[in-house]
Amino acid sequence: MVVTGMAKTIPLIPAEEHQRRLRRAQSNQAEIWCLLDNVLDPEVPALSLWDLGVLQDVSMDKNSVIVTLTPTYSGCPAMGVMSEDIESALNAAGFNEVSIVTQLTPAWTTDWLSDHARRKLKGYGIAPPAETAGIRCPHCSAENVQRLSQFASTACKAMYRCGSCAEVFDYFKPI
Amino acid sequence: MDDESVKRYALRLADDALVLGHRLSEWSSRGPYLEEDLALTNVALDYLGRARLFYGYAVKLSDDGSTEDSFAYLRGCRDFTNHLIHELPVGDFAFTMTRQYLVDEFNQAFMESLLQSNDTTLVAIAGKVIKEGAYHIRRSHEWMLTLGDGTEESHERMQRAIEELWGYTFELFEMDRLDSLMASLGVGVDRASLYEPWLHRVSTTLNDSTLIQPTDDWRVTGGRRGVHTEFLDHMLSDLQFLQRAYPGQQW
Repeated sequence: MVVTGMAKTIPLIPAEEHQRRLRRAQSNQAEIWCLLDNVLDPEVPALSLWDLGVLQDVSMDKNSVIVTLTPTYSGCPAMGVMSEDIESALNAAGFNEVSIVTQLTPAWTTDWLSDHARRKLKGYGIAPPAETAGIRCPHCSAENVQRLSQFASTACKAMYRCGSCAEVFDYFKPI
Repeated sequence: MDDESVKRYALRLADDALVLGHRLSEWSSRGPYLEEDLALTNVALDYLGRARLFYGYAVKLSDDGSTEDSFAYLRGCRDFTNHLIHELPVGDFAFTMTRQYLVDEFNQAFMESLLQSNDTTLVAIAGKVIKEGAYHIRRSHEWMLTLGDGTEESHERMQRAIEELWGYTFELFEMDRLDSLMASLGVGVDRASLYEPWLHRVSTTLNDSTLIQPTDDWRVTGGRRGVHTEFLDHMLSDLQFLQRAYPGQQW
């Protein structure tokens, strides 16, 4: 029997994101990467630093752990909290020498959010970044949404209202 | 290329961002309605973040123990090098948004140009802030149209605002010796070259907003030389009070 099917679309990911995933996959510090999966965004606790694309690299310099982060928005106050959380998590696991390096280039972009991360966002009630025409209510998935404000509870989010279920929801802005 | 010149250049950009960020933060709890309050303070936060990035770079280039905090909280009015337009009091909402629009248009063009710098740190910072700036300009441009081509009152307030601000815009495009040196070394931006395109975009927006473009009768300058309006000292007394009254205080 001949089976004909639709060609599967393989999603493209940005080169830097591919590099980041490679770094994790090929790392000798797999344990530390996994540890850091428990460090969540304080404002959006559905996402870990890895999910967000903030956690860029983990390396060891003798006994010191070096964690490289890319900040999301320049003024994001959560970055300070996340750094503290990283230190706590590593200290608790016995790594007492931790240094956190901030890397500005390549600039953080929502393009680095995986499909998995986007689904988590939706599950948490925040509409994930999309083309303007593609923003959907995270509660009822309706397409007729209205923007209330370009800036919401945090700089990274905008405020929308659903035309179907009337719920107000946060939208994670593409940047 | 000496570190001192680049540091001074970075400090200027930091001061611009800090002063404007602080002014915007003054709207906190005073916005016309909740969503606008959030928007204004979020933009303020973006600017404060930008200030930190530039101050951070100046700190790296310093060898005298300067910190981000010592730059922001312990310098006097004469040592601040921001352009005057940023330090003007917020006025009414029309004034705030008009100033924001004029500055946002300038900043996007400036950062676009800074992306071509030979200095990798400046390029990294520009690459970061230009994306946030895209949201700032979208918002401020919308307000120009909404308020300019709005009610009789909003239109009147906008017209007054643009006339009060116009003479402060020329300073943004001035090139002093440091600017020229930085530009010639491929590190800094040729501000003067940004003027015509900026003017064209602003004129179009003013026209679309049914506002009359003011004539170029007067202009004010002095910020880069530490010669400020009477407003900066008062603003600094607010901004710096805590650090000066309780030196070394940390959150």
